[in-house]
Amino acid sequence: MYPAVELVRASLGRYSITGLYQGAVGPRNYVRLLEQEALPAVVGNTLVWVTVVVAVTIGLSLGLAQLLNEAFPGRRLVRWALIVPWAASLIMTAKLFVWIYDYYFGLLNRAMAAAGWAPVDWLGDDRTVMGAMIAVGVFVSLPFTTYVLLAGLQTIPGEVYEAARVDGAGGWRRYRWVTLPLLQPALLVAAVLNLIYVFNSFPIVWTLNDRNPGFAHDTMITFMYKIAFKSALRDVGLAAALGVVNVLLILLAVVAYLRVLRGREEPA
Amino acid sequence: MIRRAALSGAGLLVAAALLAPYAVMLLTALRPEAELRVTPPRLWPVEWRPQNFWTVLLDPEFQSWFTVSLVVAVASTVLVLVAAVPAAYHTARHRFPGRGAFLFLVLVTQMFAPTALVVGLYREFFELGLINTYTALIAVNAAFNLAFAIWILRAFFASIPREIEEAAAVDGCGQAGALFRIILPVALPGIVTAAIFAFIAAWNEYIVALTLMTDTSMRPLTVGITSYVTAYVQHWDLLFAASVIAIVPVVVLFALIEPYLVGGLTAGSVK
Repeated sequence: MYPAVELVRASLGRYSITGLYQGAVGPRNYVRLLEQEALPAVVGNTLVWVTVVVAVTIGLSLGLAQLLNEAFPGRRLVRWALIVPWAASLIMTAKLFVWIYDYYFGLLNRAMAAAGWAPVDWLGDDRTVMGAMIAVGVFVSLPFTTYVLLAGLQTIPGEVYEAARVDGAGGWRRYRWVTLPLLQPALLVAAVLNLIYVFNSFPIVWTLNDRNPGFAHDTMITFMYKIAFKSALRDVGLAAALGVVNVLLILLAVVAYLRVLRGREEPA
Repeated sequence: MIRRAALSGAGLLVAAALLAPYAVMLLTALRPEAELRVTPPRLWPVEWRPQNFWTVLLDPEFQSWFTVSLVVAVASTVLVLVAAVPAAYHTARHRFPGRGAFLFLVLVTQMFAPTALVVGLYREFFELGLINTYTALIAVNAAFNLAFAIWILRAFFASIPREIEEAAAVDGCGQAGALFRIILPVALPGIVTAAIFAFIAAWNEYIVALTLMTDTSMRPLTVGITSYVTAYVQHWDLLFAASVIAIVPVVVLFALIEPYLVGGLTAGSVK
């Protein structure tokens, strides 16, 4: 808990460029935060980053979990493959994608050329860099979300499907009216945990957006980090103010999450 | 029959899509540096260069990062277990005032990745004069992995019937004896899971190490390997060879605990 206290204290103080505390300044850091020119873009990026990654991840994971819920030869292989992006260090995966996205030497542009399309500067072009980051974000979020949904699917008893079949419900209707409602708790858990995780995600945006100057493609997390440690600003007080805002946003998500849980059952 | 074949096909495609980037990683790690800069790029190396792995393993800098990662991960894992086992056992077996609040607080900590708090963490260790110390890194890793460990261990302890302990008491086993001879062995899968998870999380941790370890010679693997590719040098081959070395053991460990993971991470909410 102590870092949180220190964070709030820092957000109300002023620091020299070398990090010396120079006394309290009250809410001035928060006012200055609102005055940052980059702020609207950063908030917009965060919104796009979080919603698109979570939405696409959930969509793909639903399919994946459904697949893994069936018995077929090779299922174990798929489960193992799913573990790799989860267990691998995020920074290494992010570096790997920097290489794959590389304009001259990356294999993605090689594939583009093979398909007869012009190469794209994925991480340098303002129009593609967010999409490129989102793709990696989804890639590393898939395993956890899929596993949560799979756990949810496995709790649905087979008799329910029997009953639906007897009532004459076809495949799609069984899925829409039986599976999805019963899966809802797992879906909510997966979505909220993923939301928090993606919001907090640092290495992907940090690494893939490395080449681009300024804050045009930063999320609130990397923006905070740059203010504190990297940019010309080097302003711990300002960064801490943003840090407090970030923490409050996560807290909001946590409260929502717990309400969802509480609504369904007694806390464990 | 056709349906199963179709499922297998789909599964194979999914597995290929998930593994393809890591195959690129491996194939890039296995080629000479000169082959990194050819256009159009090739998937398969013309010349295979497994020696890259030796180059990395014999690189004194790599050895130093590796040692730091190992020391920090092992030490923080031990700390986590020392704190989590008694905490989890106590909350699983006894009802005490504030038990709900305690578990709630633990759950909330789990949601807070160190990322959002990194500026506060930096200030804390700056004031304590602990920037560039392994103590700081070990403490942060232990603190943030504690929550998961407590939750998963609690579930394991709670699943052990009380009668076993009562039977042990009847047989003349003291409470400490029962704990060490009966409970801990039965809960071993849980303890292993918690340990492996804490180890991997510390092994992969990036942002705290990046922030607190400003001395380049003291950095762990995740931060250290990025110096293979900078604005000045671009040893993608070595970067990926080092990454493969770092990732493979972790994936194997992860596969071992996979069956227990989801329950622990969602803290008993999906059942």
